[in-house]
Amino acid sequence: MRKQKTTTIYLGPQHPGITGNMMVKLEVDGDTIVKAETHIGYLHRGFEKLMERRNWLQSFTIVCRICVPEPDPNEENYARGVEEIEGREVPEKARWIRMLVLELARIQAYLLWYGGQSASVGLYTIGQWSIGDRNYVLDLFEELTGGRVYHMYIWPGGVRRDLPKGFKDRVYKVMDYIEKRLDDYDRLLFDNAIFQKRAQGVGYIPPEKAIEWGVVGPPLRATGTKSDVRIDEPYEFYDQVEFVVPDFYKTSDVWARALVRRFEIRQAINIVRQVLDKMPEKGPVWNKIPNPHKWRIPRGDAYVKTESARGEFGYYVVSDGSQFPRRVHVRGPAYVHGITLLEKILVGQNISDVSMIMNSLGTCPPEMER
Amino acid sequence: MSWFNIKGITNPLTALGQVAKKPHTIRFPYEEKPAAERYRGLHYNDIDYCIGCGNCAEICMNKAIDMVPVEGIEPKKGDSGLRPRIDNGRCCWCGLCVDVCPTGSLSLTREYIFVSPNPEDFLWMPGISNPDGKDKRSWRSNDLNFSINTYEREKMPMLDPKERVKSFAEVVLGYEEDQARREAQRCLSCGLCTEACPEHMHIPEYINAIAWGADDDSLRIIYDNNPLPETCGKVCTRRCEEVCALAKRGEPVAIRWLKRYATERALNADEIKEIVNPPIAPKNGKTVGVIGAGPAGLTVGYYLALRGFDVEIYERNSRAGGMTMYGIPKYRLPLESLDKQIEYMKKVGVKFHFNTEVGKDISFDEIYQKYDAVFIGVGLQDAWKLGIEGEDADGVWSAIHFLRRVNEGERIDVGNRVVVVGGGNTAIDASRVSRRLGAEVIMLYRRRKQDMPADWEEIEDAEAEGVQIWTQGIPVKVITDEQGKVKALRYVKAEMVPDPRGGRPRPVPIEGSETDIECTTVIAAIGQSADYSFLPEKYHDKVKMNRGRIIVNEWGQTDDPKIFAGGDAVNRVADAISAIADGYRAVKGIVRLLLGEEALKQK
Ligand SMILES: Cc1cc2nc3c(=O)[nH]c(=O)nc-3n(C[C@H](O)[C@H](O)[C@H](O)COP(=O)(O)OP(=O)(O)OC[C@H]3O[C@@H](n4cnc5c(N)ncnc54)[C@H](O)[C@@H]3O)c2cc1C
Repeated sequence: MRKQKTTTIYLGPQHPGITGNMMVKLEVDGDTIVKAETHIGYLHRGFEKLMERRNWLQSFTIVCRICVPEPDPNEENYARGVEEIEGREVPEKARWIRMLVLELARIQAYLLWYGGQSASVGLYTIGQWSIGDRNYVLDLFEELTGGRVYHMYIWPGGVRRDLPKGFKDRVYKVMDYIEKRLDDYDRLLFDNAIFQKRAQGVGYIPPEKAIEWGVVGPPLRATGTKSDVRIDEPYEFYDQVEFVVPDFYKTSDVWARALVRRFEIRQAINIVRQVLDKMPEKGPVWNKIPNPHKWRIPRGDAYVKTESARGEFGYYVVSDGSQFPRRVHVRGPAYVHGITLLEKILVGQNISDVSMIMNSLGTCPPEMER
Repeated sequence: MSWFNIKGITNPLTALGQVAKKPHTIRFPYEEKPAAERYRGLHYNDIDYCIGCGNCAEICMNKAIDMVPVEGIEPKKGDSGLRPRIDNGRCCWCGLCVDVCPTGSLSLTREYIFVSPNPEDFLWMPGISNPDGKDKRSWRSNDLNFSINTYEREKMPMLDPKERVKSFAEVVLGYEEDQARREAQRCLSCGLCTEACPEHMHIPEYINAIAWGADDDSLRIIYDNNPLPETCGKVCTRRCEEVCALAKRGEPVAIRWLKRYATERALNADEIKEIVNPPIAPKNGKTVGVIGAGPAGLTVGYYLALRGFDVEIYERNSRAGGMTMYGIPKYRLPLESLDKQIEYMKKVGVKFHFNTEVGKDISFDEIYQKYDAVFIGVGLQDAWKLGIEGEDADGVWSAIHFLRRVNEGERIDVGNRVVVVGGGNTAIDASRVSRRLGAEVIMLYRRRKQDMPADWEEIEDAEAEGVQIWTQGIPVKVITDEQGKVKALRYVKAEMVPDPRGGRPRPVPIEGSETDIECTTVIAAIGQSADYSFLPEKYHDKVKMNRGRIIVNEWGQTDDPKIFAGGDAVNRVADAISAIADGYRAVKGIVRLLLGEEALKQK
């Protein structure tokens, strides 16, 4: 006699298929999910609160930690937020360098995604390749910023250091290499019957609901919506580079989202090349801030946003006129994607697809509980 | 089934093509991959270059840095003796500590592997724990453009040199408000200056107040231990700026000009009183007599008056201020400025007896009997003589007598060519004053320019005003005309001979190099001495002297417990702030003597 029709299982917080320290509580009927509930709180470090007790410069070192796989949009947002309230100019070259960093960050984030997405359907070779190749981008970061993962490089007023000698050439080289490798990945992932079978039609987001549900980034574009902060509200010099926002994959499933990313990593490589070509050779890269211990930002607030690899990333920065931020509110894509959206679209899906769907949404726990 | 096609099966198999390729992630045998040139790895600190300012610890948002004493490094002026210790367990390698290090001694290295089973080992002293780190430095702030500190000082507005020599108008015009705020913002609040200041003024605190726009607070903080801040704001010898952490690689914070800015906010004595509004203790019935209204005596007067003492100052001149009134020229310290400060002192209850010379108008004995304690702050009122032939001729002056007469408002006729002998600040003052009196001025100094004890800024200013500096010349004779008036100064050229004992090189006359400088006036500015003739014989065994200076203990007290002393008559530094510090020390001594040890603790 079965008293209970459904079973409760916990995916995470320690599970190789989960995208970080979070947990999804699933109620399943057989293999089919009837209810999903996201549980967070395993990674709470209170970044937003910490910043209220750090001065405006110290806080800049915290924000990168809000997203491990792609920290730079956080740095960019924080810097732009502060600059907007203070009215601080950023030298031209610094703005080009910021774009370079942001696009390199996008490329490495997508390379990481290749690994996660393919591993979630049991294809491990691609991950071994793409994460190995990602290290070439991290090498570039190390050379430019002194750090591989957390760069702490984009800061209020510009960037921390100028490009090292011969850096541009090395970036071109890595870009060429990765572009070539993408064809290898295609053969292993996108051509692969396994991935096609698993990804198509799975994790569907109803396009008419997407905006209402707060979907952003590749998942939104995979519904056929043309939406990208870089085009809609260009920051830095994004209005001076050419790239295509893919709105032609419309099936709104894991497959379409993968295709969007496959397309966008190539666009990013192109943007990097344009940035390198257009960047001035000389010029300052930082508009020096005053003594950080006595640096007060005038009372005011600013909402700034950046298109990260996972979608629109927003920061609301408030100053009460003191040396410390009154509030830095972080609105990352994962908050919606990993909680409300995930809970909705998991219903009716198979247990074995949860990990794949999460990867296609770019859920990232540190960003949900910053 | 759209997903099924033959390519979907065969294409993934192309991965097999990689089998023969050299792997790029696994390297065997192990190859070390050196970190990037600006890698942010473990810290290194150039221990000898570090001054222990603690700015790294201050900026660290993880509080991973502590400043700790190190064996073999003693605290000294401009060096706290402490060095940073990093808790590598807390560090996040953001490198802000490096970017704010004012000296550039701290850096991160390309080293990034550190393994130890002992948690204590992760607390380590950069540069001491890894002396070999020097060659591995990577993240540095040697390019000042990327250091967070601002190394350039706000430019002080000054009169044009051509304008200056036309009058005794004040040369330095003072900071505008926005300039002062910016300059104050540069300060890192490390406090090395406080240690270097003879009076240990609360420098970071009052600069902070200016940075935050709280000028009144700033003035209150300043008056806490300096009763003549406007004087110091204009003419202080500013030992603080020499040790400023920013001075290692840039221009020190303009501490003196900021103090000046704060004091100038109060326009008159009433405003000072209103802003500073010091609590004045009820009268305690004790009386103190002070001899000399110079900075030392005034300090004693002010702080004792605040503590409820009856203080009376005896001054033989008609005005207070001592050398700051009669020595320092008015284009550096205008009369109104000094008057304003003295006026304020009178308002808090300091009493003056002007034109009263102790030893003549009133005897020392009388003062000694009348008061519970006596403070001697008589300064150095006599000038050293050149000791050369013709020195008594008409037209030969000692600098302090010359300056005194000018400061009293007399217009002295110096003729058209003045030779000033000496290389100190007094010589510079006499030269610049002579320029203002319309003469061509030559400063004759025994040694080289770099040996001149005068403030470099003063030297620059003097030259800008047209003072010629002739170095390595020793005067030997004043030549006079028939009326006994100066006609020329004869001097010999000197060569610098290294001191075998390691002291500074000595000037030695070159034989046969005598030269005459034609001139109308000669001013000797080679030093001063004290006149203790007011002090009767019987006190001499208690008030002891050493090479012209009175000997006192750490309370400013002589061997007669009732007699205190300070200022130029005691210290060998001979500047206003040291006189103030001496006065302040004697205040504590007198409070201790008359009110007891306990009273010292309450402020
Ligand atoms: C030309 C010149 C320029 C200077 N420039 C600077 C400068 O830029 N910055 C700086 O910090 N310092 C400067 N100084 C030094 C500074 O002025 C002195 O160090 C300071 O004034 C010493 O203070 P004091 O109280 O010890 O003595 P003084 O200022 O000399 O005061 C002693 C007072 O005692 C009085 N007195 C003496 N004997 C008797 C007596 N028997 N009876 C009654 N009264 C008596 C004197 O009249 C005098 O008023 C300068 C000095 C000179 C001469």
